[in-house]
Amino acid sequence: MLLRAQNLGKHFGGVSALQGVDVAFARGAVHAVIGPNGAGKTTLLNLLSGVYRPDSGAIFFEGRDLAGAPPHQFAAAGIGRTFQNLQVFFNMSALENVMTGRWRLERAGLAATLARAPSLARSERACRAAAERLLEEVGLARWAHAAADSLPYGALKRLEIARALAAEPSLLLLDEPAAGLNPSETREIDELIRRIAARGTTVVLVEHNMKLVMDVSDHVVVLDYGRRLAEGEPRAVSRDPRVIEAYLGSEACSR
Amino acid sequence: MDCSAAARPNGSRKALLLLAAIVAALPLALPNNYAYEVAILVALNALACVGLNLLVGYAGQISLGHAGFFGLGAYGSAILAARYGWPAWGSIPVTLAGVALLAWAIGWPILRLKGHALAMATLGFGIIVAIVLATEDRLTGGPDGMAVPPLPGIQGEKTWYWVVGAALLAGVWLAQNLIDSPRGRALRALHGSEVAAGALGIDAARHKVAAFVISALFAAAAGALSAHYAGFITPGKASFLHSVELVTMVVFGGMASTFGAVAGAAVLTTLPHLLTVFKDYEMVLLGAVMMLTMIFMPRGLVPTLESVLAAARAKPR
Repeated sequence: MLLRAQNLGKHFGGVSALQGVDVAFARGAVHAVIGPNGAGKTTLLNLLSGVYRPDSGAIFFEGRDLAGAPPHQFAAAGIGRTFQNLQVFFNMSALENVMTGRWRLERAGLAATLARAPSLARSERACRAAAERLLEEVGLARWAHAAADSLPYGALKRLEIARALAAEPSLLLLDEPAAGLNPSETREIDELIRRIAARGTTVVLVEHNMKLVMDVSDHVVVLDYGRRLAEGEPRAVSRDPRVIEAYLGSEACSR
Repeated sequence: MDCSAAARPNGSRKALLLLAAIVAALPLALPNNYAYEVAILVALNALACVGLNLLVGYAGQISLGHAGFFGLGAYGSAILAARYGWPAWGSIPVTLAGVALLAWAIGWPILRLKGHALAMATLGFGIIVAIVLATEDRLTGGPDGMAVPPLPGIQGEKTWYWVVGAALLAGVWLAQNLIDSPRGRALRALHGSEVAAGALGIDAARHKVAAFVISALFAAAAGALSAHYAGFITPGKASFLHSVELVTMVVFGGMASTFGAVAGAAVLTTLPHLLTVFKDYEMVLLGAVMMLTMIFMPRGLVPTLESVLAAARAKPR
């Protein structure tokens, strides 16, 4: 298991967003986290990336407990993510957004930076080349030098994925990558996720688009009211009466 | 938002050469010592603004107390030189080290604050410095100010012009190197989205404090040079008014543009000297400039000019 979280709990005031949730994500697979609105999917992603501190539980990533660590340590350990509500750096170009993603891999000491050491100039060229390749891969090469705030919505979604990939994470958390996209853009995301997984990156996908979930994922976790309702193979989960009830109500189930 | 100048290291190198050419050629156009004096004041304010812009324009953190660091740089070096007989070339580095330490110590608690709260905290810091400088009269001479020994071997407006010009070019070079680097992108990332920066492994608190310390050092260096140049200082240099002047120069010249900070300092330092009839209304003028900038060119002078030029160049095709 690449990541194993045990007994995760998170409260906001009196509301319990997540309670006693166990999840385990095997290396190299595509995992989906699904559930009705308010089930705690984004809360789970925020816990797994350190944006929230859990009230209880442990998060073992490659054997190390990261629970309670600040977000930058989750990233340093190799967990990357995108955001449901875009968190693009709108004060940069598309290319610079992706170059910023290389932070974990290419950086220099303060003295070398201020004096612009030759080693830094070399690593900057490597960083730029890597970022250009990633923009190519997500189909944004022609936007490379455009200001990020001039990109259309669908492109921004892919820019966030490229930026997260730039850090070469071993675990990539995607928070609703297809939300707001049209069917052809969704197909592009589908293919992109498959390519990412094929390179050996483990993917955790929070998504409402069931077709995308069923198409790309190897393993599905279902959350409902902050608890884990079911998990398993996509086909089996989609036939699980408890899951159908959570999504459609009990009447649909008894019919 | 502007991304053109900072995006291409070549562009910023050209701009640095242009600035060096301006510094080198300007004496040809300076008719007398008074003009030299204005040019020196421009360069000193520009140095402080280039540093402040790293914090305000790039990292997106406000400071309304940077004149406090300017004042500490000025008084620190002045007191070591005048009261303890330190050689001036020793008093400046030691003062800068002290200011860096202080900025680091107060940066950790206050840079957790955001927006208005950070503005109030830095404002408070600036006011405390101004009050201490005005009341510790045994060391500082109080509100009447104190005489500052000159730097050995540097005399006259013309020599000072080259010293201050070189300091400005060095400051701009350092700032541009920082901006065109992973660390510079980390600072801009904090401005763009702190949560996304964290998700990429950027330690927000550390980089905000680093930007705060570096910008404080620029202000303190400008302050120390200005004290030794003028030969006399008063607590006014650390006042809230001076803090606001520095922020206005950065905003007017263009946030997240190093050359904008220089241009802002040049225009707003020169203006009151050209329009001496407005001397009593300097504060009013500053307020008006701030309001008009926000309304008509919210990105500031240099970024606005850059996009106008880029549009003009693109047209013929």
